[in-house]
Amino acid sequence: MNPTGWLLALLQTLLFVAAAPLFGAWIKRVKCWLQNRRPPSLLQPYRDLRRLFSKQVVLAEHASVIFRLTPYLVFGAIIMAATVTPFITLDTPTTAIADAIVLTGFFALARFFLALAGMDIGTAFGGMGASREMTVSALAEPAMLMMVFTVSMVASSTNLATVITSIEHQMVMTRPSLWFAALGFLLVIVAETGRIPVDNPSTHLELTMIHEAMILEYSGRHLAMLEWAAQLKLLVYAVLAINIFNPWGIAHSDGLAPLAIATALMAGKLMLFGTLLAAAETVLAKIRLFQVPVFLMLAFTLALGGMLCFIILEAG
Amino acid sequence: MFFSQLALYEQAILALAAVVLLLTFLMLVHPRILSVIKLFAWQGLAVAATTALVAYDANAPHLYISALLTLLLKAFFIPWLLLRMVDRFDLHQELDSLSHPVLVLFGGIILVVFCYHTTLPVAAQLTAITHNVVAICMSVVLLGMVMLISRRKAVTQVVGFMALENGLFFAAVAVTEGMPMVVELGVAFDVLVAAIIFGIFFLHLRQSIDSLDTSRLSRLSERERD
Repeated sequence: MNPTGWLLALLQTLLFVAAAPLFGAWIKRVKCWLQNRRPPSLLQPYRDLRRLFSKQVVLAEHASVIFRLTPYLVFGAIIMAATVTPFITLDTPTTAIADAIVLTGFFALARFFLALAGMDIGTAFGGMGASREMTVSALAEPAMLMMVFTVSMVASSTNLATVITSIEHQMVMTRPSLWFAALGFLLVIVAETGRIPVDNPSTHLELTMIHEAMILEYSGRHLAMLEWAAQLKLLVYAVLAINIFNPWGIAHSDGLAPLAIATALMAGKLMLFGTLLAAAETVLAKIRLFQVPVFLMLAFTLALGGMLCFIILEAG
Repeated sequence: MFFSQLALYEQAILALAAVVLLLTFLMLVHPRILSVIKLFAWQGLAVAATTALVAYDANAPHLYISALLTLLLKAFFIPWLLLRMVDRFDLHQELDSLSHPVLVLFGGIILVVFCYHTTLPVAAQLTAITHNVVAICMSVVLLGMVMLISRRKAVTQVVGFMALENGLFFAAVAVTEGMPMVVELGVAFDVLVAAIIFGIFFLHLRQSIDSLDTSRLSRLSERERD
């Protein structure tokens, strides 16, 4: 166990957590530009979080321990997910411990407690949001796992660092299985992080909301943690998509120069990814809830098609 | 590993074959008639590009002619013909949604697995680089058939038929490096004639039942049901 590796893992996680609101603000800014509106400052999410943290927590009379525990559990689980995701370097002990299936497990854990908390208070909205969230995730999770299996078959490993190294070794991305997996994963990201065709993160319209409905009863630092967790989840998914399907430039050693280059490249790629996401959200309209299964089935088909392409075209 | 040892253009052949499969899946479930026709044009383009690459790979100059013919007919002329009908019948906003898109998609996936399994012995006999593509070709043929039975509007059914023909052509290119030129020319003109006949068929359909919805043909009575 080398202490530098652990230090690097800690720093990387801190950077992950600190950069998450900034990424959300960047997407909002691009969206504002595209829609001819004046964007808020890039620091606005941080101010919001500070405001929420300093506010008093208002709890419902019948809130059980689950309701109070959930923000910490969700925030913790997403931070754990961020810890095992390679961000700017592959050379950390945390990425060696866990693989992509554990990562999916962390997300599932967070979602499970969020849905429980949504139902805990007993309001109609909480239960509705929880049931919708579970419907969406029950379809998104198989697609996500199928994507994981496809890239694992290409790399012969489910460990994220090994997968990324093996994809990095091919100079040109010609493998159709990876294209399909990437396309499917993009659809999964949109569904899992509650972005526009599936859910709208910026409204509280009762008929359409999913994620917002579950956290409607939260206030103060609890709400701050849940919002931060949602932003972090989006960043983790974005980094996963970038690092698995476009890993060139990621640092392999803990030298200062590769780390600096990797950080700069990652910032550029994230800005590009955010721009694409914002453009997609501007162009697309939110789909009906009953169309979401078709959307996610398409994601599943793409990921499964990727695996079939690997078996049919690439393996033998 | 097998795939990464291939030359770049050989990888491109396999990747394009996968793109053809992807486009077929999208055509299978896309609700808008106009988009289905455009997807069909892209599929024709992908098949033509693959044929040209196979011609380069196998050093078979006559395949360039097939590629050109496919490009002109499948990627430009037939989509143009269909788009003109869309113009004439004013189908720009027309939808042809499947009643169970999820089931159709899943059935499609199962068909691909089935095709892979059945073509394994065929693929084992072949030595060409494209021996793995056979399963994809057969899936495109079967998916075209699924499109024929799952769609309700005549235009999308015709696109399904043409997609099926694309799959057959693709199989001929992949397995035997193209059929004799005479056969290919004959098939190409057959498809062309079919496209034109379908146009006349649309006109008659429109005149007699005032719609392009073929599910209404299954009713024998001319009167509307109460």
